[in-house]
Amino acid sequence: MSEPLLQVEQLQTHFWTPDGINRAVDGISFHVGAGETVAIVGESGCGKSVTAMSMLRLIPEPPGKIAGSIKFQGKDLLKLSEKEMRAIRGNEISMIFQEPMTSLNPVLNVARQIGETLRLHQGLSARQAEDKAIEMLTLVGIPEPARRVREYPHQLSGGMRQRVMIAIALACNPKLLIADEPTTALDVTIQAQILDLMRDLKHRVGAAIVLITHDLGVVAEVAERVIVMYAGKKVEEAQVGALFRTPRHPYTQGLLGSVPKLGSSLTGTETRLAEIPGLVPSLKRKIDGCVFASRCAYATDLCRKLAPALEEKAPGHVAACHYAMKEAIAA
Amino acid sequence: MFAYVVRRVLATIPVMGLVALFVFSLLYLAPGDPAAVIAGDQATPQDVERIRASLGLDRPYLVRFGEWFFRILQGDLGLSIFTNLPVTTMIAQRIEPTLSLMILTLILAISIAVPMGVIAAWKQGTLIDRAVMGFAVLGFSVPVFVVGYVLAYIFALELDWLPVQGYTPFARGFVPWLQNLILPAIALGGVYIALIARITRATMLEVLQQDYIRTARAKGANQSSILFLHALKNAAVPIVTVIGIGIALLIGGAVVTESVFAIPGLGRLTVDAILRRDYPVIQGVVLLFSFVYVLVNLAIDLAYTLFDPRIRY
Repeated sequence: MSEPLLQVEQLQTHFWTPDGINRAVDGISFHVGAGETVAIVGESGCGKSVTAMSMLRLIPEPPGKIAGSIKFQGKDLLKLSEKEMRAIRGNEISMIFQEPMTSLNPVLNVARQIGETLRLHQGLSARQAEDKAIEMLTLVGIPEPARRVREYPHQLSGGMRQRVMIAIALACNPKLLIADEPTTALDVTIQAQILDLMRDLKHRVGAAIVLITHDLGVVAEVAERVIVMYAGKKVEEAQVGALFRTPRHPYTQGLLGSVPKLGSSLTGTETRLAEIPGLVPSLKRKIDGCVFASRCAYATDLCRKLAPALEEKAPGHVAACHYAMKEAIAA
Repeated sequence: MFAYVVRRVLATIPVMGLVALFVFSLLYLAPGDPAAVIAGDQATPQDVERIRASLGLDRPYLVRFGEWFFRILQGDLGLSIFTNLPVTTMIAQRIEPTLSLMILTLILAISIAVPMGVIAAWKQGTLIDRAVMGFAVLGFSVPVFVVGYVLAYIFALELDWLPVQGYTPFARGFVPWLQNLILPAIALGGVYIALIARITRATMLEVLQQDYIRTARAKGANQSSILFLHALKNAAVPIVTVIGIGIALLIGGAVVTESVFAIPGLGRLTVDAILRRDYPVIQGVVLLFSFVYVLVNLAIDLAYTLFDPRIRY
């Protein structure tokens, strides 16, 4: 296999806080191939968003500190100057954020906001940028683009704002799109539209996508490969089918078990939702042993003492659990 | 939008009427009798009474207000009790230095204070931020006349770079005009700069936390574009507001500054008129200042719509 588009090695993002170091991301490695869609899933506070922000170096340093390496097309992003990094942001790697309501600048019109990346990275004039902005709005399915392009964010609905965000992100034909919870803040029907749009555009633009989400429904819809994160670490990674069929890590099993089945209370198949007891542990203390041990039903003394390494449990399927083989069979 | 502007302009008319009534009443109620001042120490009560009648001060309040107001509408502010010159003429003679001083101070203050506040917010918690905030505290707490005298001492007396006092009309050249005004403008601008810089910093700190700033960064925008386009435009409304409110500070400060630097402007005219109980002049000047302030507020209201598209009336 040739070199992947993105190769993240031992990424660590730590924050210096008054009461200790917060190890938000603690040594995560993964790769993304050209045109591939990889999902990163996990609960709130497990480091997904920080991982995403670290990839574009949007973490304020200090108090943050990013270590490891992020190789994008062979270049280590962590070694680039801020100026070189700016040339990549919004151009080769772009990002969509969770909150379409607040992620657009309220005092600049749509043309200006879409046009900004084009003017920065492709040197278009204001006039050309506006024409391209109208084109982009058509592409993301906004009706009356020539009128909408003159409007301001407060005149658009949430779904339309997210479409505008996508238009901004795709304006320069990026090779990699990082989508941080792109549908979380939207109505369910709008969520489906936005997911369809992303899938459609991915094929047209040919960009790889890193999709950050806690929504396993979304993962099943769009992702090809899934990385499960817990407490700043990768605990499992597999092709989407394998992960849903045979989750190896107890945490992944817990996540899958806590998804409500639509209409199960009506068909009489309702079972109590299996929640994962407890919360993500504080990342300020160094944890000996398995990070999930405090919440794991299967945890033994071994788990509490020795951190399990990521092992290949099946071809292309890795998990960090001492008992992963057995649990997979049990599940 | 046009209808809004017309409505706002029309709405200032009753405000101006009320201001006129207030200005008139203030002096009517103020202690002291101009007739007695004019008559001098040796005058008999009959003399004072005669002078009062000749000035029309013996007639009822409402009659006097009515007459005065009617004359103002015709652009006639009356005659000075002291010089017998029309008040409009006296104001016209004195307006250029004051207007020059205020405009220069305004330009100087905004062009210094806004970048100062922006940079302080960007470098929050660093030495630069603390220096800016320290300067702001200083600007607030040191009175205009102290700053004025210190500046005059250093730059005019010791270094001999600039004239100590006086005023050169703009018509005689920009450089001499500026040389005379730069120290007064800095002295007068101190508080104003402090005020604008503080508000700018506070507003910018809040704006820089917003999600859209992160979006701008993710788009590859450079630092100055993030600060001065994405953030400052969002912070503009409170900043413009405080700039407008601060013009009242400038009007008050101009009176003191003109005294310190011996500038023959409206401030000096006001002080002299008050000391002489020259009612028509006081009324004229206060009315003019009020009028300017009302117009400034109107301008601010209209400026909001330029910065924030969400503000529509």
